[in-house]
Amino acid sequence: MNLAKIRNLSVVAHVDHGKSTLSDRILELTGAVDARDMREQYLDSMDIERERGITIKAQNVRVGWKGHTIHLIDTPGHVDFGYEVSRSLAACEGVVLLVDAAQGIEAQTLANAYQALENDLEIVAALNKIDLPAADPERYAAEIEKVLGVPASQILRISAKTGSGVPELLDAICERIPPPSGDPSAPLQALIFDSYYDQYRGVVSAVRVVNGILRSGDRVRFMQAGRVHDVEEIGVRTPTNEPVGELGPGEVGYLIAGIKDVGEARSGETVTSAGAPAKAALEGYRDPKPMVFCGLYPIDGDEFSNLREALEKLRLNDASVTYEPETSGALGFGFRCGFLGLLHMEIVRERLEREFNLSLIATAPSVEYLAHLTDGTTVVVHSPSEMPEPQKLESIEEPYLQATILTPSEYTGTLMDLCQSRRGEMVRMEYISPERLELVYRIPLAEVVMDFFDALKSRTKGYASLDYEQSGTDQADLVKIDILLNGVPVDAFSAIVHRSEASAYGRKMTERLRELIPRQMFDVPIQAAIGGRVIARETVKAKRKDVLAKCYGGDITRKRKLLEKQKEGKKRMKNIGRVEVPQEAFIQALRLEE
Amino acid sequence: MAEETPFGVYVHIPFCASRCDYCAFATWTDKAHLVGGYVEACRAAVGRFVTEGRPATSVFFGGGTPSLIGADLLCSILELIPTQPGAEVTVECNPETVDTAKLAAYRAAGVNRLSFGVQSMLPHVLASLGRRHDPESVLKAAAAAGEAGFAGAFNVDLIIGGKAETVSDWARTVEAVLALDPPPVHVSAYSLTVEAGTPLARDRSRHPDPDDQADKYLLADDLLGAAGLRWYEISNWAAPGSECGHNQLYWAGGEYRGIGCAAHSHAVNPDTGVSRRWWNVRTPERYAALVASGGDGEACGESLDASQRRAERLLLALRTSNGVPESSLPGWREDPVLARLVEPASPGRVSLTREGRLLANEVALRLVDPGF
Ligand SMILES: Nc1nc2c(ncn2[C@@H]2O[C@H](COP(=O)(O)OP(=O)(O)OP(=O)(O)O)[C@@H](O)[C@H]2O)c(=O)[nH]1
Ligand code: SF4
Ligand SMILES: [Mg+2]
Repeated sequence: MNLAKIRNLSVVAHVDHGKSTLSDRILELTGAVDARDMREQYLDSMDIERERGITIKAQNVRVGWKGHTIHLIDTPGHVDFGYEVSRSLAACEGVVLLVDAAQGIEAQTLANAYQALENDLEIVAALNKIDLPAADPERYAAEIEKVLGVPASQILRISAKTGSGVPELLDAICERIPPPSGDPSAPLQALIFDSYYDQYRGVVSAVRVVNGILRSGDRVRFMQAGRVHDVEEIGVRTPTNEPVGELGPGEVGYLIAGIKDVGEARSGETVTSAGAPAKAALEGYRDPKPMVFCGLYPIDGDEFSNLREALEKLRLNDASVTYEPETSGALGFGFRCGFLGLLHMEIVRERLEREFNLSLIATAPSVEYLAHLTDGTTVVVHSPSEMPEPQKLESIEEPYLQATILTPSEYTGTLMDLCQSRRGEMVRMEYISPERLELVYRIPLAEVVMDFFDALKSRTKGYASLDYEQSGTDQADLVKIDILLNGVPVDAFSAIVHRSEASAYGRKMTERLRELIPRQMFDVPIQAAIGGRVIARETVKAKRKDVLAKCYGGDITRKRKLLEKQKEGKKRMKNIGRVEVPQEAFIQALRLEE
Repeated sequence: MAEETPFGVYVHIPFCASRCDYCAFATWTDKAHLVGGYVEACRAAVGRFVTEGRPATSVFFGGGTPSLIGADLLCSILELIPTQPGAEVTVECNPETVDTAKLAAYRAAGVNRLSFGVQSMLPHVLASLGRRHDPESVLKAAAAAGEAGFAGAFNVDLIIGGKAETVSDWARTVEAVLALDPPPVHVSAYSLTVEAGTPLARDRSRHPDPDDQADKYLLADDLLGAAGLRWYEISNWAAPGSECGHNQLYWAGGEYRGIGCAAHSHAVNPDTGVSRRWWNVRTPERYAALVASGGDGEACGESLDASQRRAERLLLALRTSNGVPESSLPGWREDPVLARLVEPASPGRVSLTREGRLLANEVALRLVDPGF
């Protein structure tokens, strides 16, 4: 294929600015999808994407436009899935940067634009949704020029909804984005930038050929994994999978090589020829590391092995989830799972419940701490139960984020308060336009994981946006709080919190449990403690009366059945510190936590 | 000669003048026009299922408000029920529905025991329970009972834990009841229970506090005991010899026949030891219609095998001062909970302590079938 006629690009933008809708119009205009088969956000194929109206996984598609072959990748906008964007950029020479013409630049717009610039990619900027009455393209074109340095005159105006301006955008893509370069006669180097598991075909990988030619039937070597595979099929997505005989430099397509585990076809992997391998691998990228952890437990203890199986299967499609078995006195057997963020956690849980028919209970999210011990060693802590005893602790480090907030300037005060109360430190504050401001804070991840995003949205009526990236670790005055029932810790409620928030957390949990734990035959103390020191205490008073007042002819059957039921219920109670607790009470307490 | 196996007859009268807020009984305030036909149905049922059988050792007219219907109607049912000599015959009455003449008519027809629904002696407490009568009518009813020959033969029902009731209110109620002239020989004090679907259930602010009820229960036990009424079942106290024989039959797992809508029956097959319990349809219309077409009015029933019967009998016996065999609570002395809740009664038996009576459910959960 003529390299000069190939254009490889990703569509990037803040959440909801219209990437998938633009992709729809492009599929239509180029004739890739028949009008009759068209549906909104065509490329969002997972149920959960369609229901929530968001893109979770990047999707690539090949279309033709005026003699050019365009490989377009629709990317997710949500910050949890930022790694999907960075992977996609590695397969491109340019991006289409969409900006909602009624909202202007948002936090992820900046993050995406900076990433494109770092990768030396051509940016084709377009203001989208110009059909909206509230659209103000003039104003936001000026903003883009000021903040990103794209001349206002070069910014296209489109409506992904009506299709207006989309042909011009395709023309601009062909004119401005440089064609790929590459040597067809050099040894094969192809980059895997995504993989998913298909139950019939096994692993299907998205590849971008950089040098050489990838042919069907080739014997190839995966350079990082060090494994050799036979290429079963290669093809291009148009958007249906269409097998082809070969893919040359600059071309994007898919590769099937009889691989059963996505872990063996990781993103960033270089595929080369087994017979005449390239000397060096392409620059890959690191897998994203989970940032947020929680315990997932089946509500029905018998479903533990089903949960394990479900996690194994889910991981085939989403290698960013991690899981390790974990045992809880309160919740039984489950897994400690790692996620890229809160949305990712929510989505994984929902997929497990829905696609595998499980009912799960999740413990409160936690982050990864480094505990430095007095004996000089360091332990990685993913859950409160892994936290060493306070006496053995020298210090704790917690992960930080650099958070970028874009907000109308009238909310600056309230957002600064919010960030400060969450232990954030201001890095920068800058006007991006007379009315809007960029606030950059360094802030503990744990604070953001709590409910920072909701607080941010509610304090700014939804107008502020947030993006963040990891920003190392710092020491912090953190403590582990245990919640004790009759003197015995209930692991599911332990938490690692900043010392200043410890007593608030302790009070909240003890009060909540006092309401949820049924009265017993003796007073049950519920305590929150740090090490051995109690910081909050409630008591479930001993039960004094449970007898039914009447038991005459008409009451006997009812009474007997009630007792039979209670006897059954007693067997299912968890026994913690001699206290009988229905599992429902734990589930309730954790639900309230969400 | 072996003692006659007790056999009770219960007659349900499903009519009331107004409905109390907490009441979930099968009773109606708007079906007075059905009374005649309903009484006929009961008479027919008695004629078919009781008269031919064995004579009753106890008869109990419950409700509803049996005293609401004419004494002649009530007695027309009673006269068809064959009774053993000395049988106990009780009628439940609401104080405001009786006078000396009505009670004398009962007496003449063979009624020898009354049970008055008093609930409280304080107007504000009665109001908070959604009851209509005033305490004055209780004094009159007691006097009328005395005049009609029921001195030493009536019970008073009380309710513990109406929302407006303080502990001293409760003490005043118990004292006022004990001071009735003539005094009751039997008092039932029931902790107010929230029944699903009642106006009380919908009004959370009036739900009773179990701790408050526990305090009042113990207070009642003190006051009634001091007046010579002995505790003999969770909610019942009586002068020695004045216990309610009909209710004791229920608690002993005995046999009884229910006449009327929503009434329960229990019959034991002496050969197999299996028993059957069944209950009649809920409304008076349906009951009358079924009886008219030759049926017995049964809605549903269950069979109890020997072990279920034992379990049930233990459950019931546990609630009484007679208690249960020690072997049904093995290791009770060592169990820190049980050791507080039960104590030795007669040889080989244990019964509930005062604390245990309030926590009888907790004890019942620990009962095991000793196999006899
Ligand atoms: N009025 C109007 N609405 C649009 C336009 N483009 C997209 N939308 C709407 O904006 C919402 C978001 O569109 P998507 O295409 O799903 O946005 P996205 O950028 O792919 O979102 P994520 O994948 O979640 O980041 C949808 O309700 C679209 O219908 C447009 O040009 N005009
Ligand atoms: S008098 Fe008795 S049966 Fe009638 S409504 Fe009141 S509580 Fe119910
Ligand atoms: Mg999308």
